[in-house]
Amino acid sequence: MAEIVFKWIVFFIASILSIFSSVMMVTRKNPVHSALWLVVTFISLAVLYFLLNATFIAISQVIVYAGAIMMLFLFVIMLIHLEKGPEEIGKMTVSRIFAVVLTVLLFVEILVGVYFYRAWTVKPEPMPFGDPKTVGKLLYTKYLFPFEIASVLLLVGIIGAVVLAKRRKM
Amino acid sequence: MVEHSYNLYLLLSAILFTIGAIGVITRRNGIIVFMCIELMLNAANLAFISATGIQKALEGMIFVFFVMTVAAAEAAVGLAIFVMIFRLKGTISVDEMNLLKG
Repeated sequence: MAEIVFKWIVFFIASILSIFSSVMMVTRKNPVHSALWLVVTFISLAVLYFLLNATFIAISQVIVYAGAIMMLFLFVIMLIHLEKGPEEIGKMTVSRIFAVVLTVLLFVEILVGVYFYRAWTVKPEPMPFGDPKTVGKLLYTKYLFPFEIASVLLLVGIIGAVVLAKRRKM
Repeated sequence: MVEHSYNLYLLLSAILFTIGAIGVITRRNGIIVFMCIELMLNAANLAFISATGIQKALEGMIFVFFVMTVAAAEAAVGLAIFVMIFRLKGTISVDEMNLLKG
Protein backbone atom coordinates (compact mmCIF):
# COMPACT_ATOMS: atom_id res chain seq x y z
CA MET A 1 0.00 0.00 0.00
CA ALA A 2 2.77 2.41 0.92
CA GLU A 3 4.48 1.60 -2.36
CA ILE A 4 1.34 2.54 -4.31
CA VAL A 5 1.01 5.86 -2.52
CA PHE A 6 4.69 6.53 -3.15
CA LYS A 7 4.24 5.80 -6.88
CA TRP A 8 1.28 8.16 -7.09
CA ILE A 9 3.26 10.91 -5.40
CA VAL A 10 6.19 10.37 -7.79
CA PHE A 11 3.81 10.35 -10.75
CA PHE A 12 2.19 13.65 -9.80
CA ILE A 13 5.46 15.38 -9.01
CA ALA A 14 7.06 14.22 -12.28
CA SER A 15 4.06 15.05 -14.46
CA ILE A 16 3.51 18.51 -12.97
CA LEU A 17 7.23 19.21 -13.24
CA SER A 18 7.27 18.14 -16.89
CA ILE A 19 4.27 20.32 -17.78
CA PHE A 20 5.69 23.31 -15.88
CA SER A 21 9.15 23.03 -17.39
CA SER A 22 7.83 22.59 -20.93
CA VAL A 23 5.70 25.74 -20.52
CA MET A 24 8.81 27.54 -19.27
CA MET A 25 10.72 26.14 -22.26
CA VAL A 26 8.20 27.55 -24.72
CA THR A 27 7.98 30.98 -23.08
CA ARG A 28 11.63 31.81 -22.33
CA LYS A 29 13.26 34.48 -24.44
CA ASN A 30 16.85 33.27 -24.09
CA PRO A 31 17.42 30.00 -26.03
CA VAL A 32 19.96 28.79 -23.44
CA HIS A 33 17.30 28.96 -20.71
CA SER A 34 14.89 27.18 -23.05
CA ALA A 35 17.36 24.36 -23.60
CA LEU A 36 17.99 23.95 -19.86
CA TRP A 37 14.24 23.79 -19.14
CA LEU A 38 13.93 21.18 -21.88
CA VAL A 39 16.54 19.08 -20.04
CA VAL A 40 14.32 19.24 -16.93
CA THR A 41 11.37 18.05 -19.04
CA PHE A 42 13.37 15.13 -20.43
CA ILE A 43 14.54 14.01 -17.00
CA SER A 44 11.03 14.12 -15.53
CA LEU A 45 9.82 12.09 -18.52
CA ALA A 46 12.57 9.57 -17.74
CA VAL A 47 11.14 9.29 -14.21
CA LEU A 48 7.72 8.56 -15.74
CA TYR A 49 9.28 5.85 -17.92
CA PHE A 50 10.73 4.28 -14.78
CA LEU A 51 7.25 4.28 -13.26
CA LEU A 52 5.97 2.49 -16.36
CA ASN A 53 8.64 -0.26 -15.93
CA ALA A 54 10.45 0.87 -19.11
CA THR A 55 13.88 1.02 -17.52
CA PHE A 56 15.87 0.63 -20.72
CA ILE A 57 13.99 3.48 -22.39
CA ALA A 58 14.36 5.65 -19.29
CA ILE A 59 18.13 5.19 -19.22
CA SER A 60 18.48 5.88 -22.94
CA GLN A 61 16.24 8.93 -22.50
CA VAL A 62 18.69 10.37 -19.99
CA ILE A 63 21.76 9.45 -22.04
CA VAL A 64 20.56 10.21 -25.57
CA TYR A 65 18.10 13.10 -25.09
CA ALA A 66 19.21 14.88 -21.92
CA GLY A 67 22.86 14.14 -22.62
CA ALA A 68 23.72 13.98 -26.29
CA ILE A 69 20.98 15.89 -28.11
CA MET A 70 20.74 18.75 -25.63
CA MET A 71 24.53 19.05 -25.58
CA LEU A 72 24.35 19.48 -29.36
CA PHE A 73 21.64 22.15 -29.01
CA LEU A 74 23.55 24.13 -26.39
CA PHE A 75 26.72 23.86 -28.43
CA VAL A 76 25.03 25.28 -31.53
CA ILE A 77 23.27 28.05 -29.56
CA MET A 78 26.57 29.17 -28.10
CA LEU A 79 28.38 28.74 -31.43
CA ILE A 80 26.17 31.19 -33.28
CA HIS A 81 25.62 33.70 -30.45
CA LEU A 82 21.90 33.34 -30.12
CA GLU A 83 21.55 34.58 -26.57
CA LYS A 84 19.73 37.62 -27.95
CA GLY A 85 17.24 35.92 -30.21
CA PRO A 86 15.45 37.54 -33.14
CA GLU A 87 12.36 37.40 -31.04
CA GLU A 88 9.59 39.63 -29.88
CA ILE A 89 7.75 37.70 -27.20
CA GLY A 90 4.53 38.78 -25.60
CA LYS A 91 3.25 40.62 -28.62
CA MET A 92 -0.24 39.24 -29.09
CA THR A 93 -0.83 39.44 -32.79
CA VAL A 94 -4.05 38.16 -34.33
CA SER A 95 -2.30 35.34 -36.16
CA ARG A 96 -0.63 34.19 -32.95
CA ILE A 97 -3.92 34.02 -31.04
CA PHE A 98 -5.52 32.22 -33.98
CA ALA A 99 -2.64 29.72 -33.98
CA VAL A 100 -3.04 29.03 -30.27
CA VAL A 101 -6.80 28.51 -30.69
CA LEU A 102 -6.15 26.06 -33.53
CA THR A 103 -3.67 24.15 -31.38
CA VAL A 104 -6.09 23.95 -28.47
CA LEU A 105 -8.61 22.51 -30.94
CA LEU A 106 -5.98 19.90 -31.80
CA PHE A 107 -5.69 19.13 -28.08
CA VAL A 108 -9.44 18.64 -27.77
CA GLU A 109 -9.28 16.34 -30.78
CA ILE A 110 -6.55 14.23 -29.14
CA LEU A 111 -8.64 14.09 -25.96
CA VAL A 112 -11.62 12.76 -27.89
CA GLY A 113 -9.34 10.18 -29.45
CA VAL A 114 -8.05 9.10 -26.04
CA TYR A 115 -11.58 9.01 -24.65
CA PHE A 116 -12.89 6.72 -27.35
CA TYR A 117 -9.82 4.53 -27.25
CA ARG A 118 -10.56 1.34 -25.41
CA ALA A 119 -8.04 2.23 -22.73
CA TRP A 120 -10.88 3.60 -20.62
CA THR A 121 -12.65 0.26 -20.57
CA VAL A 122 -9.73 -2.15 -20.76
CA LYS A 123 -9.18 -4.37 -17.75
CA PRO A 124 -6.15 -3.03 -15.87
CA GLU A 125 -3.21 -5.32 -16.29
CA PRO A 126 0.35 -4.99 -15.03
CA MET A 127 2.85 -3.37 -17.30
CA PRO A 128 5.28 -5.75 -19.04
CA PHE A 129 8.75 -5.31 -17.71
CA GLY A 130 11.02 -3.64 -20.25
CA ASP A 131 14.43 -4.10 -18.73
CA PRO A 132 17.53 -3.96 -20.96
CA LYS A 133 17.73 -7.76 -21.19
CA THR A 134 14.20 -8.21 -22.55
CA VAL A 135 14.32 -5.26 -24.93
CA GLY A 136 17.80 -6.17 -26.12
CA LYS A 137 16.77 -9.75 -26.81
CA LEU A 138 13.85 -8.52 -28.89
CA LEU A 139 16.07 -6.00 -30.71
CA TYR A 140 18.71 -8.54 -31.62
CA THR A 141 16.38 -11.32 -32.76
CA LYS A 142 13.03 -10.22 -34.13
CA TYR A 143 13.98 -6.63 -34.98
CA LEU A 144 17.57 -7.19 -36.06
CA PHE A 145 17.07 -5.81 -39.57
CA PRO A 146 15.45 -2.49 -38.50
CA PHE A 147 18.24 -2.18 -35.94
CA GLU A 148 20.87 -2.42 -38.68
CA ILE A 149 18.94 0.08 -40.81
CA ALA A 150 18.94 2.47 -37.85
CA SER A 151 22.72 2.18 -37.59
CA VAL A 152 23.04 3.01 -41.32
CA LEU A 153 20.73 5.99 -40.73
CA LEU A 154 22.98 7.27 -37.97
CA LEU A 155 26.02 6.91 -40.23
CA VAL A 156 24.24 8.89 -42.95
CA GLY A 157 23.34 11.52 -40.35
CA ILE A 158 26.97 11.90 -39.30
CA ILE A 159 28.15 12.23 -42.91
CA GLY A 160 25.38 14.70 -43.71
CA ALA A 161 26.19 16.88 -40.70
CA VAL A 162 29.90 16.97 -41.56
CA VAL A 163 29.26 17.78 -45.22
CA LEU A 164 26.73 20.51 -44.37
CA ALA A 165 28.76 22.20 -41.66
CA LYS A 166 32.03 22.18 -43.60
CA ARG A 167 33.12 25.62 -44.67
CA ARG A 168 33.02 25.92 -48.43
CA LYS A 169 36.14 27.09 -50.19
CA MET A 170 35.36 29.80 -52.65
CA MET B 1 -2.52 1.48 -8.99
CA VAL B 2 -0.39 4.00 -10.74
CA GLU B 3 1.00 1.66 -13.33
CA HIS B 4 -2.53 0.79 -14.39
CA SER B 5 -3.76 4.33 -14.91
CA TYR B 6 -2.64 4.58 -18.50
CA ASN B 7 -5.24 7.23 -19.29
CA LEU B 8 -3.40 9.71 -17.13
CA TYR B 9 -0.24 9.04 -19.09
CA LEU B 10 -2.08 9.50 -22.38
CA LEU B 11 -3.53 12.75 -21.05
CA LEU B 12 -0.09 13.99 -20.04
CA SER B 13 1.22 13.03 -23.47
CA ALA B 14 -1.57 15.05 -25.12
CA ILE B 15 -0.80 18.08 -22.94
CA LEU B 16 2.92 17.97 -23.72
CA PHE B 17 2.22 17.52 -27.44
CA THR B 18 -0.06 20.57 -27.40
CA ILE B 19 2.51 22.71 -25.59
CA GLY B 20 5.10 21.69 -28.18
CA ALA B 21 2.72 22.46 -31.05
CA ILE B 22 1.95 25.90 -29.60
CA GLY B 23 5.67 26.56 -29.41
CA VAL B 24 6.24 25.45 -33.00
CA ILE B 25 3.47 27.73 -34.25
CA THR B 26 4.14 30.85 -32.19
CA ARG B 27 7.91 31.08 -31.78
CA ARG B 28 10.09 32.64 -34.47
CA ASN B 29 13.52 31.47 -33.32
CA GLY B 30 14.52 28.43 -35.40
CA ILE B 31 16.40 26.65 -32.61
CA ILE B 32 13.46 26.97 -30.21
CA VAL B 33 11.09 25.66 -32.90
CA PHE B 34 13.44 22.70 -33.21
CA MET B 35 13.40 22.10 -29.46
CA CYS B 36 9.59 22.19 -29.48
CA ILE B 37 9.63 19.49 -32.15
CA GLU B 38 11.82 17.39 -29.85
CA LEU B 39 9.23 17.91 -27.10
CA MET B 40 6.47 16.70 -29.43
CA LEU B 41 8.54 13.60 -30.26
CA ASN B 42 8.89 12.95 -26.54
CA ALA B 43 5.13 13.26 -26.03
CA ALA B 44 4.63 10.67 -28.78
CA ASN B 45 7.19 8.44 -27.04
CA LEU B 46 5.24 8.66 -23.80
CA ALA B 47 2.08 7.63 -25.66
CA PHE B 48 3.99 4.68 -27.15
CA ILE B 49 5.15 3.53 -23.72
CA SER B 50 1.63 3.73 -22.29
CA ALA B 51 0.36 1.80 -25.32
CA THR B 52 2.93 -0.85 -24.40
CA GLY B 53 1.10 -1.20 -21.11
CA ILE B 54 -2.36 -1.22 -22.66
CA GLN B 55 -1.57 -3.79 -25.33
CA LYS B 56 0.85 -5.77 -23.16
CA ALA B 57 3.32 -5.95 -26.05
CA LEU B 58 6.92 -4.79 -25.86
CA GLU B 59 6.90 -3.51 -29.44
CA GLY B 60 6.11 0.00 -28.20
CA MET B 61 9.48 0.17 -26.48
CA ILE B 62 11.25 -0.97 -29.67
CA PHE B 63 9.43 1.80 -31.51
CA VAL B 64 10.56 4.38 -28.96
CA PHE B 65 14.12 3.17 -29.44
CA PHE B 66 13.90 3.81 -33.18
CA VAL B 67 12.24 7.20 -32.63
CA MET B 68 15.21 8.14 -30.45
CA THR B 69 17.62 7.06 -33.18
CA VAL B 70 15.83 9.13 -35.78
CA ALA B 71 15.66 12.11 -33.41
CA ALA B 72 19.41 11.98 -32.88
CA ALA B 73 20.14 11.87 -36.62
CA GLU B 74 17.57 14.63 -37.20
CA ALA B 75 19.12 16.85 -34.54
CA ALA B 76 22.61 16.45 -36.02
CA VAL B 77 21.55 17.24 -39.59
CA GLY B 78 19.05 19.97 -38.62
CA LEU B 79 21.51 21.86 -36.45
CA ALA B 80 24.12 21.67 -39.21
CA ILE B 81 21.55 23.22 -41.55
CA PHE B 82 20.89 25.99 -38.99
CA VAL B 83 24.61 26.73 -38.77
CA MET B 84 24.72 26.96 -42.59
CA ILE B 85 21.72 29.30 -42.71
CA PHE B 86 23.21 31.49 -39.99
CA ARG B 87 26.45 31.80 -41.96
CA LEU B 88 24.54 32.66 -45.10
CA LYS B 89 21.96 35.12 -43.75
CA GLY B 90 23.14 36.13 -40.26
CA THR B 91 19.85 35.17 -38.59
CA ILE B 92 17.87 32.01 -37.90
CA SER B 93 14.43 33.55 -37.62
CA VAL B 94 12.05 31.21 -39.41
CA ASP B 95 10.40 34.22 -41.07
CA GLU B 96 13.62 34.99 -42.91
CA MET B 97 14.03 31.51 -44.39
CA ASN B 98 12.84 32.01 -47.95
CA LEU B 99 15.79 30.60 -49.86
CA LEU B 100 13.67 28.05 -51.69
CA LYS B 101 11.15 30.63 -52.84
CA GLY B 102 11.27 30.88 -56.62
